[in-house]
Amino acid sequence: MVENAKQSINKYLESEGLDTDREKDIGQHIGYRYDVNLVPDYSRLTPFLQKYIDVMGWQDLNWLEDVHMGYEEGRPAVFDRNINGWVTVPENIELPDNQQDRDMIARELLIKFQMSQRHPMVELKEAYAKF
Amino acid sequence: MAELKHIDSHDMGLHDEQLVGRTQEVFFSAEEGESFTYPDAFDVDFDRAAEFDAADMAINDINLKIRQLMGDGYGDITVRNPGAKHSLGVGILNRLNLTFDGSLGYFGIGLIDGPNVHVTGRVGWSCAENMMAGTVVIEKNAGSTFGAAIRGGDLVCKGDVGSRTGIDQKGGTIIVGGRTGAFSGFMMQRGRMVILGDAGANLGDSMYDGTIFVGGKIAGLGVDAVEGEMTELDAHWLEKKLAMYGLEAPNGVANMTKIVAGKQLWNYDNLEPTEKKLVL
Repeated sequence: MVENAKQSINKYLESEGLDTDREKDIGQHIGYRYDVNLVPDYSRLTPFLQKYIDVMGWQDLNWLEDVHMGYEEGRPAVFDRNINGWVTVPENIELPDNQQDRDMIARELLIKFQMSQRHPMVELKEAYAKF
Repeated sequence: MAELKHIDSHDMGLHDEQLVGRTQEVFFSAEEGESFTYPDAFDVDFDRAAEFDAADMAINDINLKIRQLMGDGYGDITVRNPGAKHSLGVGILNRLNLTFDGSLGYFGIGLIDGPNVHVTGRVGWSCAENMMAGTVVIEKNAGSTFGAAIRGGDLVCKGDVGSRTGIDQKGGTIIVGGRTGAFSGFMMQRGRMVILGDAGANLGDSMYDGTIFVGGKIAGLGVDAVEGEMTELDAHWLEKKLAMYGLEAPNGVANMTKIVAGKQLWNYDNLEPTEKKLVL
């Protein structure tokens, strides 16, 4: 059994993340910009997320286990599958020094965004919904 | 053509210019009020229970009945005698406890986002296809393409499942209490698959990313599926997840085999022909 490999937490904030020759050739990072296989450390669960779990009648983070803080165009962001786009993390939020805590922040922000009356899907549904 | 009339999302920073590249840039306020359900979700109460007999009902009527009960505030719904009809319980985007007392046919519980579903019998092909969130527990066996293109949530079959389990999996967790057929995890992109029994041939074929844990024997790995190393975090997560559904790894989670992508197929289109041959 091994410990999770450590790499610079700010790798994609401080560089373009072009490591291999092929990535340098095409000028684009290949693959995800975060470890999609990192499972949550439940000792770092926030009260907000615990409340969400309770409301939904679940016992763990469920779909949020797949939500991580990503790094898009040099900025921290979380991917919203409902709009197929990145939601940029507000600049006034200080980033913790580890990925697990950053992921918990990303999950909180995504819940707040997706459940908001001001989410773009609310307008889209009003404009296009057929039933 | 329909038009977007409101500007609320503009206040949140949604840009209205033509989108280019891969990124839609959205800023928002982290000070949004607390809400844990979608804006148009039904307000249901888990303590309010209802049930109905579906034996003589058409598929569409059964699904509409579930929707009507949610609209009436019922958060715990039981469907008796589903009769292995197809496409039952689909498209539920709500918190809900839903029980099917019997078996489902093809494409059951697809496209769900949130509910906790319990099926006391078996399910046919493509159960919980494109599932987004929630939990689905099948007490007996499941057909092929179980959890096809699942994106989130927990999908559990306590018995055996057919081939191509989790084909095109994009997230979430699939747990198989028994055996799974050939080509399970085919073209998996992310998420986790836990197989407590044996896995058929070509496990994880062409997987891009994600993790597969196997408790039994593996008949054979597919292209670019390789053995990975279990971490402490993996083991803790497995123990917690299996305990939630009353399941145990036959030889303990520490002895499960972890399969991950070899990542030789990444950016496949740009590989030289000789490189493609080496990978395949």
